[in-house]
Amino acid sequence: MTTGLYELLLRGLWLTVQLTVFSAVLAAAVAFLAGLARLSRRWIVRFVAGVYVEFFRGTSALVLMFWLFFALPLLGWQLAALWAGTLALGLSYGAYGSEIVRGALRAVPPAQREAAIALSFTPAQRMLRVLLPQALPEMVPPFANLLVELLKGTALASVLGIGELAFSAQLVRLATGDSAQVYAIILVMYFVVAFVITRAMRLLERRAKASVGRAPGRSRGRPTRVPPGAIDPAVGATATVGGGTAGGGTAGGASPGTAAAGGTATGGDVA
Amino acid sequence: MVPETPDPAAERPDDASPKADPAPERPDSPEPSGDSVGTPLVRFEKVCKRFGDTVVLDRLDLDVEAGRHVTLIGPSGSGKTTILRLLMTLTQPDEGRILIDGAPLDARARKTIGMVFQQFNLFPHMRVLRNVTEAPVHVLGMDKDEAAERAKGLLEMVGLGDKLDARPSQLSGGQQQRVAIARALAMRPRVLLLDEVTSALDPELVAGVLDVLRDIARGTDITMVCVTHEMNFARDISDLVVMFDGGRVVESGPPEALFHSPRHERTREFLSAVR
Repeated sequence: MTTGLYELLLRGLWLTVQLTVFSAVLAAAVAFLAGLARLSRRWIVRFVAGVYVEFFRGTSALVLMFWLFFALPLLGWQLAALWAGTLALGLSYGAYGSEIVRGALRAVPPAQREAAIALSFTPAQRMLRVLLPQALPEMVPPFANLLVELLKGTALASVLGIGELAFSAQLVRLATGDSAQVYAIILVMYFVVAFVITRAMRLLERRAKASVGRAPGRSRGRPTRVPPGAIDPAVGATATVGGGTAGGGTAGGASPGTAAAGGTATGGDVA
Repeated sequence: MVPETPDPAAERPDDASPKADPAPERPDSPEPSGDSVGTPLVRFEKVCKRFGDTVVLDRLDLDVEAGRHVTLIGPSGSGKTTILRLLMTLTQPDEGRILIDGAPLDARARKTIGMVFQQFNLFPHMRVLRNVTEAPVHVLGMDKDEAAERAKGLLEMVGLGDKLDARPSQLSGGQQQRVAIARALAMRPRVLLLDEVTSALDPELVAGVLDVLRDIARGTDITMVCVTHEMNFARDISDLVVMFDGGRVVESGPPEALFHSPRHERTREFLSAVR
């Protein structure tokens, strides 16, 4: 393979990353909008959001892409290939994402909502100040999964002639005839990007959990210069929780179970 | 007019803007309230509440005068907790109406009512101080520094002046409940609702919470409505005990009288069962 062909692949990789980022931003926006709408008190809002989610979850992103790129122009609206691809991916994955948002919000113990009502917070304040901050850390792991799915889903955009990674690989394969080598290369490329995504999301998850006082991040431990005996019991307890991330995860997972009894996430954590 | 929407606060988007709607002028600490002679502070008028076929409250009439410390007792399912939830607008009456100081219970009236829950329900994502300042700042529109100063004072009062930066998850149940009490008091309530506030606590932690509540009962003019299964708590703090059964008031009276010489068979049975 010549340098020119490698450059072609790298340019493809760059487009894949762009496509992933654009679609992810759109998908995230749509996911929060639709996820919140499905918990609305007004039935019409819930209904519209429900129709959106069912429709885009139930249609193939590939067909949607074809439709946006080839059928929409017949109605007098020509989208650039990159935007047609972004739109199709963003809307499809946004529909999946809205279920994550909805599920995480519903997993916040109802008692938290009641406590917020008891303090006379408005519905918007309840959502922004009490429910969302607690739901966000729960959303991060499933969102990480979805983001990797989305990365791999961008290969669909090659059918629109977007020169992303899969499309470039096709060109290189036609030029060299060496399928094994070129597909091995892009396999690794996809993997590397996916790996970066999962590691970044893991970091984000830890940060998010620490911010809600779930499992404090590693950096938040006590300075070592403090003699062990001088640590007060409360701080000692913190350090233990911080040391075992798995322990924190279990406690978090256990709290929705106690929700029916009116238990809070805090209750689960102490145990 | 009884609010019919699930959430009366929704009707008042103005509430978010601080200065537009100042809370009724009330000092932090006690001041004999002479204005409410005659009108009870909390009044239930023929309130009915059903869940499906179960009648939880059956044409309930109940008055609580300002400054009183009322304890509601009765077998589980007798509607005690429902009364608190109705006052907190967590649920709506099917019939009848609830008046606060003579006016219907709406979002404005609700701001004068605070509640402490059985399971504390602190916000786990906020540190202790922020748990106490959040609502005064964002609901009452209080200045941040002022809210922090007041919160520190309240936390000092409940014996947690050294835990301002702690996470709720780092505190014991008793400590969490005392933060919850401070959080409710920070809203300067005229009425404090206490829903089984000590039942989720280990026995050795109950005393600390009771001490705080006793101080509030003796040192302020806040009206208290408690639901409890602990008769000592009722005797200790309240000046009126109301026995409920089947969604109705069976009898009421000062704790000593009601505990020692209950007039109704149903009360006698209940008291001997819980002792």
